[in-house]
Amino acid sequence: MVTTNAIHESLVKIVGKSYVSASREEKYFYARDGGLMPPHEPDFVVLPRTTEEVQEIVRLANREKIPIVPAGAGLALTGLVIPQKGGIVVDMKRMDRVLEVNEKARYVIVEGGTTQGALKSYLQKHHPHLRHSIPDAPPSATVVANAVIHGQGRLAHQHGFNSDMVSGLEVVLPTGEVCRIGSCSVSSYWFSKGPPLPDLSGLFLGWFGTTGIITKLGLKLYPCKKLRDVMVLLTDKVELVPDILLRLSHTEMVEDTVISAQPLPLRFRGTFWIMTYITGDSDEELEFKRKMVWDAVWDYFQSRDVGFISTSPEGKAPLLSMPSKDTTRFADVAKGGGFQYAGPITPIEKFPAFIRKLEEVAAKYNVFYGSTTRLIGSGHCMMFSFSFSFNRANPDEMARAKRALDECSKFALEEGAVLWKPDVDEQKMIMEKMDPNTLELMRKIKRLLDPNGIMNPGNWEMR
Amino acid sequence: MMQQKYVSQIHRCFRCGYCKFPTDYSSFNCPPYQRFRFETYSTGGRLWLIYAWLKGEIEWSEHLAEILYTCTTCRNCAEQCPMKFAPDIIDWIVGARSDMVEKGRIPPRVARFFEAVQGYSNPFKLLRDDRASWANGTKLYSPGDEFLLYIGCLGSYDENGQKMAKSLVSVLKAAEVPFGIMGKDEECCGNEVYMLGEMGLFQNIAERNIQKFKKLGVRKIVTLCPHGYHAMKNNYPKAGGFEVYHYTELLAELTKAKKLKFSSNRIKVTYQDPCFLGRHNNIYDEPRQVLQYIPGIELVEMERNRKDAFCCGGGSGNFVMDLLAGDENSPARIRVREAYATGADILAVACPGCMTMLTDAVKTENLETKLTVHDISQILARSLS
Ligand SMILES: Cc1cc2nc3c(=O)[nH]c(=O)nc-3n(C[C@H](O)[C@H](O)[C@H](O)COP(=O)(O)OP(=O)(O)OC[C@H]3O[C@@H](n4cnc5c(N)ncnc54)[C@H](O)[C@@H]3O)c2cc1C
Ligand code: SF4
Ligand code: SF4
Repeated sequence: MVTTNAIHESLVKIVGKSYVSASREEKYFYARDGGLMPPHEPDFVVLPRTTEEVQEIVRLANREKIPIVPAGAGLALTGLVIPQKGGIVVDMKRMDRVLEVNEKARYVIVEGGTTQGALKSYLQKHHPHLRHSIPDAPPSATVVANAVIHGQGRLAHQHGFNSDMVSGLEVVLPTGEVCRIGSCSVSSYWFSKGPPLPDLSGLFLGWFGTTGIITKLGLKLYPCKKLRDVMVLLTDKVELVPDILLRLSHTEMVEDTVISAQPLPLRFRGTFWIMTYITGDSDEELEFKRKMVWDAVWDYFQSRDVGFISTSPEGKAPLLSMPSKDTTRFADVAKGGGFQYAGPITPIEKFPAFIRKLEEVAAKYNVFYGSTTRLIGSGHCMMFSFSFSFNRANPDEMARAKRALDECSKFALEEGAVLWKPDVDEQKMIMEKMDPNTLELMRKIKRLLDPNGIMNPGNWEMR
Repeated sequence: MMQQKYVSQIHRCFRCGYCKFPTDYSSFNCPPYQRFRFETYSTGGRLWLIYAWLKGEIEWSEHLAEILYTCTTCRNCAEQCPMKFAPDIIDWIVGARSDMVEKGRIPPRVARFFEAVQGYSNPFKLLRDDRASWANGTKLYSPGDEFLLYIGCLGSYDENGQKMAKSLVSVLKAAEVPFGIMGKDEECCGNEVYMLGEMGLFQNIAERNIQKFKKLGVRKIVTLCPHGYHAMKNNYPKAGGFEVYHYTELLAELTKAKKLKFSSNRIKVTYQDPCFLGRHNNIYDEPRQVLQYIPGIELVEMERNRKDAFCCGGGSGNFVMDLLAGDENSPARIRVREAYATGADILAVACPGCMTMLTDAVKTENLETKLTVHDISQILARSLS
């Protein structure tokens, strides 16, 4: 057994003294995220700069059988970067470059820790007619981690999960080899993560860093039209929401649809705000799309079941901003810096039942709640958020928020949803419900890729 | 008061990281985070560690104190944080520092800073008698002068700061502004002492300065340094009864009133917004107006400018202690690379702190033949016909 000091020295040799820490302060911070999962300290935090450095760190960890956890900004909030078994946290955010944009094949290649903010800014500046599907997570969230957890962004309605938009990967396997996935494994182009080859990206996306560390990622880009607008539809009839969503989706004119429900301020209680985003290269195009949206719900409008809210440009600005700062502001509703949400992926027909559950659970546990639901694909599913804000200085409130979350997740799973970015307890719930043969396949894959079980242990741990 | 507030509020930080960025998210704008890259050096990291220290979850350590003191109080976080408490963040950090000061648990470099100011009324431990050695017969303030020109420690003792002071004096003379200086009687403004959390010492300094100003009958003060400007304007007891201006405000007035005549001088200039002038006091236009008034000057902006300007790394006493030095990611080095990328011949500054930090960085980056750091009064003085 090699001593802690020797490992420290080896890490220093790999990344340099300035980028390794075993200090109390870094251990404290990287032991937790902004959510509700209990902390657990790493032994080291390292900040690599290159794929080669990542490779060496992984080789060291594999040789010495030390747990290793790749981390972005820790904003998944479900403890996915909490080193459940200690070891090395690899903060990827020094690998922060945008490496290449292929304008004609519409993809970008970023490093393993490039932030959403940096990518957005880079595209706006250098390729203003291209965009990516920006999630509403704070801009410090990383592009890779968002794909790893199957995130969804501002183009989700049109193009699905952000992981669907991946167009290639470079991965350091748990045994240290660097491996390319997708078209980039046979070509210099990163246009496809799989087709027409066997799609191996599934060995890494959704695995929470338990099967390798992604050091480069290709991401599909989409046209960025000159004009963008949001139409705000309002209804107090929860049972109509799924049909409204289907009708909006039928127009094939909407790129993002978000449904917001919140009890405060009181005038918002009991109403559902459906934010419908459209874009165009001309006023005519935009006007046409507005008309299509309008027509889609016209009869509901006439029966006064749906209203349109006319909003001033100033009022629209926060809705149009990407990412939405308002989503993050929810963390201060309880004036205590705490926010976590369960975000089951579910058929849209479940919206009324989930809203009712959210209200019931919030009342039962006396916690602040809200919900920002996002349509994914052409009505194929949605991410329904059971969001709770809590005060970190109030342990009792935190415990209640956790119980509320657990109850919502359990309910969602029973209702046929699949939990998104599940914490370690929720992962267990999913695996218990999973087809045993599927579970066995996952187990085999994990054992094959990570024979020593060093990668983000505790997550997707199949007994 | 401040301490009470930070204790009861600091847990509200969600560690979301908006505060690391400028408005367009193009790069990292919190100087210590950009320099060290561990999350602990970001605003959120700092606030979470302070909270952990308050709760007794971590002990004081020199590393903790250093993390706290690498914050330059540049105020980028207060500008970018989306939460309602954003304007209070600097007070929280300063509040935690003042707790550390009270407990005597501060990094040695910070302790030396306080000792120097306490004993010598400047952070360099240079003689009080030498405070006006740069002044070369500049008139002392006397009743009837419209302005007291307050020079500050860097302008009085630092080689580059002295150049600024001399050139400002020459410009004010050329514009026939009735002003005088305090000479050897001038003392430290206390801004850095405040930001570093030595509230007792700050109180003494502020009271002593106010008494001196009162005794001299001063009604209007114009400062060379944005740090002094900030302290006197916002943190001195309101009883002072004087108005405070930064010299770029005065120069903007003078150029607008056509009190100065210029010859044309074709030159490309970019401008560094000092944090204590820009983000802390919302003065962005006046320095630019002065530059644009000079014929032949082409003002080009760095990518990060105005409220998104990247701090030189010198705030909170770091122009002396330089806790962020020693690396190509030191803020001043990054900033001069950015200035050079604009194609400018001159990097204009309006703060002696920026002046010294950026001048050193230009040398370290081997840009001496390509980029010169001048303050706005120097640029003005060279263009006077
Ligand atoms: C206010 C708020 C709003 C949000 N809104 C959205 C939204 O609209 N859409 C959305 O999708 N999400 C949203 N999120 C959730 C989450 O923040 C994002 O999905 C975000 O992209 C996660 O990125 P991260 O860098 O913080 O990931 P982390 O939490 O750091 O990591 C997530 C997982 O990825 C793994 N990982 C990280 N880097 C690598 C790598 N290089 N290789 C392999 N594995 C890696 C980690 O081990 C972990 O398992 C939101 C969160 C908040 C707080
Ligand atoms: S200070 Fe504000 S912006 Fe920064 S991490 Fe905390 S809550 Fe987020
Ligand atoms: S004041 Fe500046 S240096 Fe300090 S935490 Fe905020 S952004 Fe960082």
